[in-house]
Amino acid sequence: MSTTTQLLPATPADEALPPRNTAWRRFRRHRLAMLGAAIILILVLGSYAGPYLIPYNDTYIDIMQRFAPPFSGAHVLGTDELGRDMLARLMMGGRISLAVGFTAMLISMVIGISVGAIAGYYGGVVGSALMRFVDAVLCFPTIFLLLALAALIDPGVTSITLLIAATAWMDVARIVEGQIRALRERDFAVAAEALGASDRYIVFRELVPNAVAPIVVAATLNVAKAILLESYVSFLGYGIQPPVPSWGNMLNNAQIYLTSAPWLAILPGLLITLAVTSFNFLGDGLRDALDPRMESH
Amino acid sequence: MMAYLGRRLGQAALLLVVVSMIGFAILHLAPGGPMAQYAMGSNMSQEDLDRIAAQLGLDRPLPVQYAEWFWRMLGGNWGTSYRGGQPVLHVIGSHLGATLELMLTATLIAVVLGCWIGILGAIRRYSVFDYLATIGAMVALSIPTFWFGLVAIFIFSVELGWMPAGNRQTIGDGSLLDMLHHLIMPALVLALVETAIWSRFMRSSMLDVVNQDYIRTARAKGLPEWRVLSDHAFRNALLPMITVAGLQLPTLLGGALVTETVFTWPGMGRLFLDSIEYRDYPVVMGILMFSASLVLIGNLLADMLYAVADPRIRLG
Repeated sequence: MSTTTQLLPATPADEALPPRNTAWRRFRRHRLAMLGAAIILILVLGSYAGPYLIPYNDTYIDIMQRFAPPFSGAHVLGTDELGRDMLARLMMGGRISLAVGFTAMLISMVIGISVGAIAGYYGGVVGSALMRFVDAVLCFPTIFLLLALAALIDPGVTSITLLIAATAWMDVARIVEGQIRALRERDFAVAAEALGASDRYIVFRELVPNAVAPIVVAATLNVAKAILLESYVSFLGYGIQPPVPSWGNMLNNAQIYLTSAPWLAILPGLLITLAVTSFNFLGDGLRDALDPRMESH
Repeated sequence: MMAYLGRRLGQAALLLVVVSMIGFAILHLAPGGPMAQYAMGSNMSQEDLDRIAAQLGLDRPLPVQYAEWFWRMLGGNWGTSYRGGQPVLHVIGSHLGATLELMLTATLIAVVLGCWIGILGAIRRYSVFDYLATIGAMVALSIPTFWFGLVAIFIFSVELGWMPAGNRQTIGDGSLLDMLHHLIMPALVLALVETAIWSRFMRSSMLDVVNQDYIRTARAKGLPEWRVLSDHAFRNALLPMITVAGLQLPTLLGGALVTETVFTWPGMGRLFLDSIEYRDYPVVMGILMFSASLVLIGNLLADMLYAVADPRIRLG
């Protein structure tokens, strides 16, 4: 959207400081983004270090202990339909969900930045052909496309990560294309061209670094999107396959036990919501901090 | 105006071709490609399979096959379902009503609620309400729709017993009241994300408008504030929302798929998942192409409507 609304007017001190400092100060003022960053840190630490700190294994089946409710016995968050410890499964599931989200984001950024940069820099027939392709892919509802593709392949952590990346790069390409198209007319880019710099040098050393603010914001929001997509496709049974736990596939069976063991459904969903909200707030805060001109309303 | 519409139509047609190419590529990526139906049966010799491939024209160059396939799609021949043997368009058509019912109800809820929240947020910018609405929208956008549905079922069906947990109607009871009773919960669940998006866009659109000169003029000539807001600001702020409605279509369709699964709603989304389950590729492809075309047409209509509704837009 077009209006620019600033939460607080820039103070004179803001002007005097180097830009990085100002950005950091603005980011710290964004309390929800700070909270988001803290929660992400806790989720990552909990998922990666947590399993070493608890006495249960996420794959250990104990039929005698099945459906133990949370806070009732030895299992802090209870057990699932096979008597596996929920806390251990949530932690291991967190590893998968966060890793898939992060890796899918990285891949989708590489694709999106490349396509966007090429389309924005060269323009013309190549540029519009690439962008029309982006428009066409965006016509397909992401979940439909993801499920149709997931049904064609052998589902696994790697293949699902690649598929999510393949369905999440288009927005990035649009953002980067717009940025590069605007930046390439600027004096510094024209100067680099006049000095005989190669196209690749101009794009990746001059133009892309100047578009870093929207790229970082898009990357953060893309992690949130990728975690959500993983949960959707795994919940529907075409994503990460059991016994490997992910927050999404833990919900896969939960609907059957909704009456008798609601915690099976509630806990993983809470963590997905928490993680996705945190990345969204973080992205929002970064947007305000890195580029006040494009602050969200 | 006509030139603009013509150009826009041309763009949409071009986009439809690219969309169909993507669809065609996915169809041929499927294991066994369009022959999967026969190859899986395995009662046939390679000779039989080759003959069928020749009859279906699958032995010809891909561009030729694509052209024929695209031509047939335009003519309404989308193939037949492996599962039921009915024409794909017929199968989709019989599930479309339920999906449209769900989507339209959810959109109605989202538009009314979202506009209300957005306008109030814009009028009382930076108030407690505005902050809560902002945070609430962000959280709503982060909740997985299927999980929200599960929680709703747990609270309102399992614990309180107020709402049916799924389906479009009680078997043997087709009354309007019964159908509404079944519709409320899935529609609200689907409306959550939409409401969040509408409230955000409505808020910024309203903020764009209230700073315009004509609003100052309206105030200066002594109009009561509510009339300035309802007659001048709101109507103009609503215009860009036409575009939002178009852009929201893919999200809405995707949300409908998930909602239908959780609430066993007999719509297109469920049909899509069932067809994937049965490897019924013609129906899968049909729904994929159908939804993409729906999005394409929706965006085209939104752009045209916007051009008609906003007198300032006279794109030549």
